[in-house]
Amino acid sequence: MANLKTAEKKTKAQSMGLHTEVLTGKTQQKFFNPDEAENFFYWGAYDVDFNKRTDLDVKDMDCKEANRRIDELMSQGYGTIVIKNPQGKHSLGVGILNKLNLIFEGSLGYFGVGSIDGPMVRVNGRVGWSCAENMMAGKVVIEKNAGSCFGAAIRGGDLICKGSVGARTGIDQKGGTIIVGGDAGAFTGFMMQRGRIVIMGDVGINLGDSMYDGTIYVGGKIGSYGSDAIESPMTKSDIDWLKRKLKVAELGENFDVSKMTKVVAGKKLWNYDALEPTEKKGAI
Amino acid sequence: MCGIAGLIHRGKSSNVGSELQLMLQALKHRGPDSTGYALYAENDGKNFIMRFKVGENVGEGSTSVNEDASVYDKRKKLVDNMLSELGAKVIKEDQLTPYSFRYEMQFNDDLMEFSKKIESIESVEILSIGKSLELIKDLGDAATVSERYGLGDVKGTHAIGHARMATESGVDIKSAHPFWGYPFSDVSVVHNGQLTNYWNNRRVLENKGMRFMSECDSELIAVYLAEKMRNGATLEEGMKDSLTGLDGVFTYFVATKDSLGMAKDTMAAKPLVLYESDDLVAMGSEEIAIRSILPQEIDTYDPFDGEVKVWQI
Repeated sequence: MANLKTAEKKTKAQSMGLHTEVLTGKTQQKFFNPDEAENFFYWGAYDVDFNKRTDLDVKDMDCKEANRRIDELMSQGYGTIVIKNPQGKHSLGVGILNKLNLIFEGSLGYFGVGSIDGPMVRVNGRVGWSCAENMMAGKVVIEKNAGSCFGAAIRGGDLICKGSVGARTGIDQKGGTIIVGGDAGAFTGFMMQRGRIVIMGDVGINLGDSMYDGTIYVGGKIGSYGSDAIESPMTKSDIDWLKRKLKVAELGENFDVSKMTKVVAGKKLWNYDALEPTEKKGAI
Repeated sequence: MCGIAGLIHRGKSSNVGSELQLMLQALKHRGPDSTGYALYAENDGKNFIMRFKVGENVGEGSTSVNEDASVYDKRKKLVDNMLSELGAKVIKEDQLTPYSFRYEMQFNDDLMEFSKKIESIESVEILSIGKSLELIKDLGDAATVSERYGLGDVKGTHAIGHARMATESGVDIKSAHPFWGYPFSDVSVVHNGQLTNYWNNRRVLENKGMRFMSECDSELIAVYLAEKMRNGATLEEGMKDSLTGLDGVFTYFVATKDSLGMAKDTMAAKPLVLYESDDLVAMGSEEIAIRSILPQEIDTYDPFDGEVKVWQI
């Protein structure tokens, strides 16, 4: 844990009165030590058996009840759970922190399978806004379309939509891979910081707006580039990675990945805050 | 945040009153303050239906000032006198609440002048005029409003509705959606979002003779489209123009006597899920609205930024 101490005002933010404390010593990050693995406990995670399978009909349940039932089944060791009649309900399958085969026989509403760490999810339908938000690890496959903010702030894992997705796909993405078989809307990769986004179809306006880092691959037309998003040459390693990844995503058997457009951050915004107001316009 | 829903049956009528109620009730969590319906009903098409109110609902969390119910009778009589003065013949009248009325009437003159005269009476507002449009809005959720106005049995071809969370203006009927596209008969609008150039547009449109009844930014869309159509634009042209003329974030629906349209701003900041088949189009802020009338597995999608679509019955 970082030490918080009150100190003399030093940084620009502190001089503006936004905060007074400074971080000292190591950062706030807490590193996992493999030597202490036996002491590591992931609260809310279960040991499950993939061969133990059950169905759960959530037609007459609200999302809290449905998620509580999924949790109960995992605690009983069920490793393959098929959800019947999700009918567009919000926040189903959230917060699952262990390996699990989770299959939805229908569509999900908002925030479906958010904050997950490990499960393999298949949605035989469509998903609404913010699917898999904050995903840490695992694989999520959507068979139809997805709404806006698909994969918002994911840190890891593979998130795949075989149809088209809405606006702001991969907003604030911090890792992992998002793959879209169809088209994507405006502001795809908005403020992304790490990871990869693959759009096989067209994308809307302001692609990669204000992205810090990461890579976006586009197979179709680009509506327009956002601030600081620039085109970069495709390399052999890009092509090899795309071929491998699309195969895993069950997409693009005959798709020529070498013709995709690669978009990265121009990184001119990185020192943006250090510039005088008159200089900012030139930076963009 | 508000919730909007709409549906259009192509080539047939259906129970649009009960269908829209289910869709709006599913969106109640997005807007519990008031609910509004614009139903395009199976009327005979000969007479105008005028829905109007002579006061506000002062219960159910209303921000309106309480009034003695006796003023409602007084205002209604003034409306009746004005109607006969204008040469309108009332065929049938229904009082639905102490403050709201539905008149079936014959009238063959200019609706703009007609409306101006009627609304010159204190606190009187025409909610809609049309030959098939039945526009109902009041405080409460979809089921409450439907029951109060007997909407469960209304049959028709298409409908749009709104569940409102009051943000920039009061909890009252005048700020509730849908808004009538004054002075066009049978035009209505519902909106989810915020418009940031409301006052600039309002000043321009008022100078052109258009009328605003509330300070709700969403009313601007109805007036904006009406003004475009008054100058010869088609509905679709007006809607496409609104993508640049209106500033802010929005998804809105507009309905006329034979069509239903949707428009989404260029930032795609407000949600919309759409189901489209040969005989039915249903759409709403969330998929659960569509699922409330189509529980079977269906294909839905989010329209993209800057998209405008119009369907005919």
